Amino acid sequence: MSGNHHDTSEHGPAARVKALEQLLIEKGLIDSAGIDQIVDAYENKIGPRNGARVVARAWTDPAFKKRLLTDAVAACGELGIAGPEGGHMVAVENTPRVHNMVVCTLCSCYPWPVLGLPPVWYKSFAYRSRAVSDPRGVLRDFGLELPDDVEIRVWDSSAEQRYLVLPERPPGTENFTEDELAALVTRDSMIGVAKVAPAKKQ
Amino acid sequence: MNGIHDMGGMDGFGPVVPERDEPVFHEEWEKRVFGLTNFVLGRIGRNVDEFRHAIERIPPARYLSSSYYERWLQAAETLLREHGILTREELDGLPDAKLAAAAKPAAQPAAPERKRPKASARFKPGDRVLVRNINPPGHTRCPRYARGKRGVIRRDYGTYVFPDTNAHRAGENAQHVYSVEFSSRELWGKSAPERVMLDLWEDYLEPADESRSRGKPRARARSAAAKRTRNKGRKR
Repeated sequence: MSGNHHDTSEHGPAARVKALEQLLIEKGLIDSAGIDQIVDAYENKIGPRNGARVVARAWTDPAFKKRLLTDAVAACGELGIAGPEGGHMVAVENTPRVHNMVVCTLCSCYPWPVLGLPPVWYKSFAYRSRAVSDPRGVLRDFGLELPDDVEIRVWDSSAEQRYLVLPERPPGTENFTEDELAALVTRDSMIGVAKVAPAKKQ
Repeated sequence: MNGIHDMGGMDGFGPVVPERDEPVFHEEWEKRVFGLTNFVLGRIGRNVDEFRHAIERIPPARYLSSSYYERWLQAAETLLREHGILTREELDGLPDAKLAAAAKPAAQPAAPERKRPKASARFKPGDRVLVRNINPPGHTRCPRYARGKRGVIRRDYGTYVFPDTNAHRAGENAQHVYSVEFSSRELWGKSAPERVMLDLWEDYLEPADESRSRGKPRARARSAAAKRTRNKGRKR
């Protein structure tokens, strides 16, 4: 019930959507190829690997990191990352003292160009309701236990700004290349519900 | 509107359950809804406020029992009907799918910029503000959990189209958006080191009068109003 997908029977949304698409095609309002195109973009091209590139660059290039934290739109633009829901992106930095996490309590606002479309849990009623009032409890749902004295900042994306968390660089990655670092960065760490786990260099 | 969508601070929805290796879409029809809604938005001038409000107007019980893309589908149908693109009859009797000859659709307009030239700002970073206790019947981006609460302006993001009027095609009413910081004590009455950073349009805010004793702002406001009334009487 909490925003999960269900019901794919012929009597469910599948049949209705098919019929609606046909009706709009008959009226010359849409074309299926256009829908295919946008679906393909978000299934295959626009996703958290983009955000991971931004984070890895910020970890290895202090000047870039500074630009990212001052003007995330311009900084992402340097890497060719831009697009819908990305016109007013803001990056917030996690430190040993401050942990940032992002929610949209009113709907599902999310920085598409860097993270793609949001996962079901981000759009779920459980996350939207509790992230602001019980962030520590929500982080525990993800298996992340933060010390009591670490400050949590929850960014509720209620307006135009779309937030990207810059996670902490894990220890033991001093000799990693930018690409190796990017491979460590997860979507959840950029929403702020996880830390980036250290990994052994191959 | 004080709708079911305004979920911040509610209890009872259970734990957050992440899905391992989640696909972008779970069903084929979800992809079609996502793409189709993009086209519908193009047809209505990409007024995302209006789209959000169409979702918010889904009756609460149905909202809660629908999946995310089911809500998108319902909102898309609402907008198609309200903009006269499809009639209620057409939507009620959606035909069985047969492959239709595709006409060439009109080009889709790009999303319009929602930022506007900088207007004068009422507040600056560091200012203490009170979120007005508003209950607009239409669309708003001022969540209930923050109304009547005090916070501090941390950032001024510049001037943006105001959703409360734009959703209803009642004008852009562009104004400053601020990142406002709230303590967990102020919002939830607990002392944990947790803060909520909420983005609020200027019309949602008023200066927090620090000279007022906390918890008794109404009494002070009443006495100020009474004073103004007395002064008026004197002038006459």
